[in-house]
Amino acid sequence: MPDAADRILVECEVNGAKVSFHAYPMARLLDVLREELHLTGTKEGCGEGECGACSVEIDGALVNSCLMPVLQARNTSIRTVEGLAVGEKLHAIQEAFISTGGAQCGICTPGMMLAAVNLLARNPTPTEMEIREGLGGNLCRCTGYMKIFEAVMCAAKEMGARG
Amino acid sequence: MPAYELREPRDLDAALGLLGSGEGAWKPFAGGTDLMVLLEAGKLAQQRFISIWKLRELRGISESAEAVTIGATTTYADIRRHPAITREFPLLQRAAAETGSIATQNRGTLGGNIANASPAADSPPALLVYDAELELVSASGSRRVPYGTFHRGYKQMDLHPDELICNIRLPRRREGAWKQRYHKVGTRRAQAISKVCFAAGIDLDGRTVRDVRIALGSVAPIPLRAVAVENLLRGQTLNSELIRAAGETLAGEIAPIDDFRSTSRYRRRVARNLIIDFLGSV
Amino acid sequence: MSDLIDRRNNGQIGRPVPRKEGREKVTGRARYVDDLTSPGTLFGITARSSVPRGILREIHFDPGVPWNEIIVVTAADIPGKNSVLLLSDDQPCLAADRINHPEEAIVLLAHQDKYLLEQARRLVRFDVDPLPAVFSIEESLAGKQIVWGKDNIFKSYHVETGDVDAAFARAAHVVEGEYTTGAQEQLYIEPQGVIAVANASEGVTVWGSLQCPYYVHKALVPVFALPKEKIRVVQVETGGGFGGKEEYPSMIACHAALLAWKSGKRVKMIYDRAEDMVATTKRHPSRTRHRTAVDADGKLLAMDVEFVIDGGAYITLSPVVLSRGTIHAAGPYFCPNVRIQSRAVATNVPPHGAFRGFGAPQAVFALERHLDHVAQAAGLTPDEFRRRNFIHEGEKLAVGQIVREKVEMERWMDRAFALSDYHAKRNIFAAQNSGARVRRGIGFASFLHGAGFTGSGEEYLASVVGVEATVEGHLQVHAASTEIGQGTNTIFAQIAAEALGLPYERVDVVQPDTSNVPNSGPTVASRTAMIVGKLVESAAIGIRQTLMQDGVLSEGYDADSFARACRSYIERFGPLKATSQYSPIPGMRWDDEKYQGDAYGAYAWAVYVAEVSVDMSTYETRVEDFVALQEVGRVIHPVLAAGQIEGGVAQGIGFALYENVIWKNGRMLNGQMTNYVIPTSMDVPPIRVFFEEDRYERGPGGAKGIGELPLDGAAPAIVNAIENATGISFTHVPVTPEDFLKAWEKREERQIA
Repeated sequence: MPDAADRILVECEVNGAKVSFHAYPMARLLDVLREELHLTGTKEGCGEGECGACSVEIDGALVNSCLMPVLQARNTSIRTVEGLAVGEKLHAIQEAFISTGGAQCGICTPGMMLAAVNLLARNPTPTEMEIREGLGGNLCRCTGYMKIFEAVMCAAKEMGARG
Repeated sequence: MPAYELREPRDLDAALGLLGSGEGAWKPFAGGTDLMVLLEAGKLAQQRFISIWKLRELRGISESAEAVTIGATTTYADIRRHPAITREFPLLQRAAAETGSIATQNRGTLGGNIANASPAADSPPALLVYDAELELVSASGSRRVPYGTFHRGYKQMDLHPDELICNIRLPRRREGAWKQRYHKVGTRRAQAISKVCFAAGIDLDGRTVRDVRIALGSVAPIPLRAVAVENLLRGQTLNSELIRAAGETLAGEIAPIDDFRSTSRYRRRVARNLIIDFLGSV
Repeated sequence: MSDLIDRRNNGQIGRPVPRKEGREKVTGRARYVDDLTSPGTLFGITARSSVPRGILREIHFDPGVPWNEIIVVTAADIPGKNSVLLLSDDQPCLAADRINHPEEAIVLLAHQDKYLLEQARRLVRFDVDPLPAVFSIEESLAGKQIVWGKDNIFKSYHVETGDVDAAFARAAHVVEGEYTTGAQEQLYIEPQGVIAVANASEGVTVWGSLQCPYYVHKALVPVFALPKEKIRVVQVETGGGFGGKEEYPSMIACHAALLAWKSGKRVKMIYDRAEDMVATTKRHPSRTRHRTAVDADGKLLAMDVEFVIDGGAYITLSPVVLSRGTIHAAGPYFCPNVRIQSRAVATNVPPHGAFRGFGAPQAVFALERHLDHVAQAAGLTPDEFRRRNFIHEGEKLAVGQIVREKVEMERWMDRAFALSDYHAKRNIFAAQNSGARVRRGIGFASFLHGAGFTGSGEEYLASVVGVEATVEGHLQVHAASTEIGQGTNTIFAQIAAEALGLPYERVDVVQPDTSNVPNSGPTVASRTAMIVGKLVESAAIGIRQTLMQDGVLSEGYDADSFARACRSYIERFGPLKATSQYSPIPGMRWDDEKYQGDAYGAYAWAVYVAEVSVDMSTYETRVEDFVALQEVGRVIHPVLAAGQIEGGVAQGIGFALYENVIWKNGRMLNGQMTNYVIPTSMDVPPIRVFFEEDRYERGPGGAKGIGELPLDGAAPAIVNAIENATGISFTHVPVTPEDFLKAWEKREERQIA
């Protein structure tokens, strides 16, 4: 069995906090987040970069963490679903997903919300078509997407109002 | 995971040194959007990788009077947002925007896509239309290869084991008003693998075809430039008979297969429809 | 049974209250099974057959991993019976000497290093003497190879009413058709997973992603030969089920528990996506043959239906899927002479199973496609034909059930048409389509869906719900019904709160844990709101009755005096609990032999309209707009109810256009999300949902079941629309662009000829 010498030191920022740990360089960022850092909000749905349940933001870019080797996450700033709320105060997107019914079983929800905030950061006033495009890499099997679009519109409005 | 080695060389020279060392077969690893899928499916035979993701020498888009040059590890996200690409190479901009999903585009690289050599890749047809040229580097130097001759057969490329794709050079066209179209027919509207991928540009003088480029993906073992169709059209006057003949010629020039996603019959017919539509619309 | 619903103004039913489960899910704090970790847990994986059918001679463990470190379980290690009990016990937990389908589980492995396990799995080899296998309904019925029982037939039904043959003799028009549907993968985004601990002294405990804790419980008991009290099943947050986690979790639970039993350690088993797709259940493929007689006015005289479903290698739930399909085969129409002959047959593929709709989507697809053709033969438009044949209150459905609801299908159809602009669009499209690059069409389906278990099924289940009150005057609902995305916990809280006039915030639902909740039956069959919800209501009322009888609570109480009453009672007598058990509906009669009588307590009724565009260059069909109108008794939670319909329609769109299982020798070849495509956010049209309410007196607040309804109507509406757009009749789903091209080329050949 490989010994600890095969692991590398990884330093990065996760949800605003500096972290450092050892991991195999090819270990999936998804597994490192969930198992090493105990941030289980990011989910595995397919392991092939098709469902988006594992979406996180790396330096502001949306990425499927199941396809990223942790070596390449060194010295990056990562945001997961756990980084959306500030303490107990929910992010507008989280409030919106609850109130509009954008979350049913919830398994796609963390990745979907990350995709949504990522879209809103690039485009604060998206049309419905732009929302559809922005979420095209995140599959949902429960909702049929209608209430997810509504949730994003709702959050956009709320975030615009908050200024 | 423990069996895989992934090293991060500090610069291009170090990477090339490792590739050329003959130590064992090292393979370049860019954004990982293809390789990680293979790894997770247990289909990745290769075990030793060099991460080229952060190498500055391979990243970024530069412009000169003659060309726009795209570093091999430039992501689709960067390509689709670049003003010069959008303005002068719209087929590539479209291809980048339709590749995978936003998450894929943030990590997928043009060089990685080319080296993965999937016949269904979305950018290669655009690169063929734009007469792209690759710069390949190794520890012993560099060479240029026209992209049109780079792919030799299914997953066979003019790329030596110690070489890396350094950049993709797109010559800037000086004359003509090219009408262009990119059409990817996928399994669905987003995050789809293409069943037929069509890229074309045509320079018309009135109704006379001054020059034309037609390229397709997913209809042959490699991205295909439809040379026979181009030759048929070049210098001719566009009329309905010529257009129909172009469709027939294209149907004969491609070699589509049946696979999980589609059928040979469908690919052939749709390719034909797409060229007829394009020529009929210009 | 008296109805004591409190009708105060702060009614909870019908309000979009905040979901009970919402906050946990959006913060990432909801713990699904793979999120649960514990030191010393082993991972478990399964080594499976690649051969579809054969005799298992030997298992080899090739060198290359330290086998002495790895926990290995085969059939020989099973302490009790080697079968996964469902309706029957024909399905082994692990194949012992016979293989009956590809991906059949043979060996289980556990170790703390999951990478080592993967390596180990590749080193397990099976010597199998292959036997000829059967892969289709036709092959199974032909009977050349008998792969199950005496004749490959799991179950058959024969429903007959009136004199079908005489009716055909006097028909003005007779129309025949054959319709088929392919398998459909549930594709819940969270794969199957369980965690188990097991030993002889403490028993077996399983935590899992599942819909029916008591089904899993029932399956574990004989495998471990332990008394019921020593088996415990806990449902944890579940990321989608749709029926895919109705019966399959019993299998994976037995597997994880066997590894736990052998190792003495906690074992976690999570399927990867590829394994989940190829090895677990899918929707039953079907073949339906219709022969229909109508009179000169287009009124139905007789329907003769043959309905066959492919059940895969073991019986599992096929008889029940067959039952529902059979009963739904003749639709919301009045026809005096009906014959339905149905069979579920065995093939050598992984057993097919529950998927939302459960036989009805298959039967309704066939019927609604067929009736558009019957209309045409009778010289009527599809809607005029339906109008002349819709059933009304007082008339009998095909199985003989008298409709006791105020059914207004004509009015609902008109409303759906107004909402979708059906007539105007039909005319516009007809005028514009010829030679167009993009052809447009509009089509509809009219249908019904029975809620609850069929016939005496609910009586047999005898579901129980418990409610307990705390000293603070809060209510806790104890039921085995699971929240899997549809909002079970929310609606139960609404129902209980409304029944007692309490604030919604004071009611909670406990985690379904068989050691702690009574068996309220499985979370299936569109029964959770209508059947179990009603028991929640009556159990809650039981708490109030207890308090009132005690004298500690009087009429006109508020939440605070209720709380004081609870405290007083509990201090004097101990726990304050009430239970409610399902009692059969008086007068409801069902004959299991003749398959006649009152099949369901209530039906939801619907008309769905789909507008499509077909690109004649690429042969791709796109759904442009979708109107889903249904009568559901009562909408308990408007957001959740609309969400159910929208999600179901999206799955129906997948069923109609995108989701294609590619088979080779009984194995699914395209077991990756890349190659088995479901609709993305770019593929769904605006799905516009509308409700009608005609309160069902036995449903909580008047509610009927709606969970499965949307799966019945989407596909036939879409395929009817494709025919409207292009004139091409498709009789199979999915209709892929490749299928469309094939049919289009055939037509071109005919036109040239």
